[in-house]
Amino acid sequence: MSVKKVITGDHAVATGAKLCRVEVVPAYPITPQTLIIEHIADFVNDGELDAKFLTMESEHSVMSAAAAASAAGARVFTATSSQGLAFMHEMLYATAPLRLPVVMANASRTLGGPPGIWCEYNDSMGARDSGWLQLYVEDNQEALDMVIQCFRIAEDKRVRLPVMPCLDGFVLTHTVEPVEVPGQEEVDSFLPAYAPDITLDPARPSMIGTFMPAEYIMELRRQTATAMESAKKVIMEINDEFARKFGRNYGGLIDTYQMEDAQIALITMGTVTSTSREAVDELRKEGKKVGLVKLRFFRPFPSEDLRKILSGMDAVGVFDRSISYQGGGQAYNEVRSALFGMTIPIINHLAGLGGRDVTMEQIMKMFEITQRAANGEKVNPVNWHNTRGETV
Amino acid sequence: MITIKDLPDHNLFTAGHTACPGCGVAMSIRNAIRVLGKDTAVYVPASCAVVFGTTFPYGAWKVPFFHTAFENTGACLTGMQAAFEKKGKQVISAGFAGDGGTYDIGLQSMSGAAERNDNVLYICLDNEAYMNTGIQRSGGTPFGAWTTTTPVGTKIQGNRRFKKNLADIVIAHEIPYYATLSIGHPLDFIRKVEKAKNIKGFRFLHMFTPCIPGWKMDPAKTVEVTKRAVESGMWTLYEVENGEKKITYKPGKMKSVKDYLMMQGRFRHMSEEDIRKLQMWVCRKWNLHYKEKGAPQICEIAPPEEHHAVTEEHREMHGP
Repeated sequence: MSVKKVITGDHAVATGAKLCRVEVVPAYPITPQTLIIEHIADFVNDGELDAKFLTMESEHSVMSAAAAASAAGARVFTATSSQGLAFMHEMLYATAPLRLPVVMANASRTLGGPPGIWCEYNDSMGARDSGWLQLYVEDNQEALDMVIQCFRIAEDKRVRLPVMPCLDGFVLTHTVEPVEVPGQEEVDSFLPAYAPDITLDPARPSMIGTFMPAEYIMELRRQTATAMESAKKVIMEINDEFARKFGRNYGGLIDTYQMEDAQIALITMGTVTSTSREAVDELRKEGKKVGLVKLRFFRPFPSEDLRKILSGMDAVGVFDRSISYQGGGQAYNEVRSALFGMTIPIINHLAGLGGRDVTMEQIMKMFEITQRAANGEKVNPVNWHNTRGETV
Repeated sequence: MITIKDLPDHNLFTAGHTACPGCGVAMSIRNAIRVLGKDTAVYVPASCAVVFGTTFPYGAWKVPFFHTAFENTGACLTGMQAAFEKKGKQVISAGFAGDGGTYDIGLQSMSGAAERNDNVLYICLDNEAYMNTGIQRSGGTPFGAWTTTTPVGTKIQGNRRFKKNLADIVIAHEIPYYATLSIGHPLDFIRKVEKAKNIKGFRFLHMFTPCIPGWKMDPAKTVEVTKRAVESGMWTLYEVENGEKKITYKPGKMKSVKDYLMMQGRFRHMSEEDIRKLQMWVCRKWNLHYKEKGAPQICEIAPPEEHHAVTEEHREMHGP
């Protein structure tokens, strides 16, 4: 039976991992993720979770141990953030093409320098080409639920890729919210035990991670790309199954709000989505036909879904919480690629970098600038909100 | 105790791999895995052993093999072993890392696994330089040695630092078993592998593995070179079990380090002054390992003679 608890995002993630009966958890502390591994350590030491909890000596070693344990057949979970994710970057590229379905939560945090600990997406955006699936959650309930869905997606034979659910540092990780915690039996019936075909088993020896010459490596890259593409369908199937079983439907790759008759859309990620919903409500009261698209998965990127939902818009605004240093944020660039050939003005709104608050006022401003572009006014394609110096 | 006759016939690292003739690494792997047996899973970090043993679609390993990166042998062994233990499987997790992958880039990961006393077998195949990338200096490179990053120049000749004392670093983790091995001493070799196989906790086997192109030596002389290394004191055969050190082979009379050096092109440029410096280092090491309490310091090496004769034939074969 499910129970309602008031817990932090980190506690929700750890609880999700426990419900998935993870078998090996290599861990290393980093703010604001640390609460996750602390909670898991408590679960293990209190006998609530039968897992090998490994206190590694660095994040690089965390992902190394995670890859090796996964190759040896275990269900593996870990968590990291920012500098830690950067430190294990090399190993992200090892896990994905070797098709090791590790799930790792990333507490989104600015990647220094300069050092800071608050929310920004420049940590995980650097990993977007590693072959990991990547998603951004909006609240603590979604954080817990997605850990469960992530294992299903990662371990699905059509995917077999690692998955990185990202939750906003401090905004979620250290903030309590009421969360419906599913019962163990319900999760067990949703998520079967991990049963890989190929492992490091002396009874059936296999070689994983062999040296690969040019004659073969392109096919392997293509297989990984195909698996990433297949994930789109799998994510949707698992979303629907989860919704039927647990009563919470997150929409799959994207979620939408008031998009039925919308003429202006704002695309958001993470917790800013919640504030943006209220902004949409306010603007709707004024009779403005605005809507919201919540970009949930960044990998695979939902290009087809976006083309479909955004076709016919007067203008589209794209929120980004990180910069790609070549004219805008990563989501903006991906959206522009996805909508290539359409004549819709696409406006980038950079806000909340380094953990700066993204307020209702700023989101209203995003809609306002996007509306001006829709009206045919010349506006900056990339706008830095609430920033010192020349600003909007 | 295991003898050569007890060695199983099975080759779990099979013929057909592409290592150089006389490769000390391949010989060490083949014999170690024979003793460890089929219920072993190996991790090999970036090294020649990945290239010559696993180039897709061929593979020489008949036990499970895993590779991901260079600096993470300790961590990968920890992860593998955790999974095996969680699944209730009796498997030996064994890593075969080079000196670069252990002394340098992999030191942290090795130290982590050692400090946690994880139940894994760490094997360091020490050929005293980064051989896979084409002979660059590592922390394991001996004094005077030529490598491509310690070239023999007009101003500076060869490596100016002495070989890092890895043994004491490893032993300081208070692990259950550390041993040094040489394929020139096969009985000692297999006994130590057998011992490490049956001990629980973090075991470290340190193997001395000549590299034919890296050491610029005759491929027929791999065994002889390792023997000469031990006879001169450049390599010492001992084990440390739960803090108790035991010399497992003591050479008779100390042989001149020069005899060892002159078998290898990497040392042949060394000046008499540098040879003397290295000899002093070896003497210190010899006394540290072999000198009985209260006995006098030993360094009965005659002063260096004229430069060792290097024939034209040698030059052609091994370079300067």
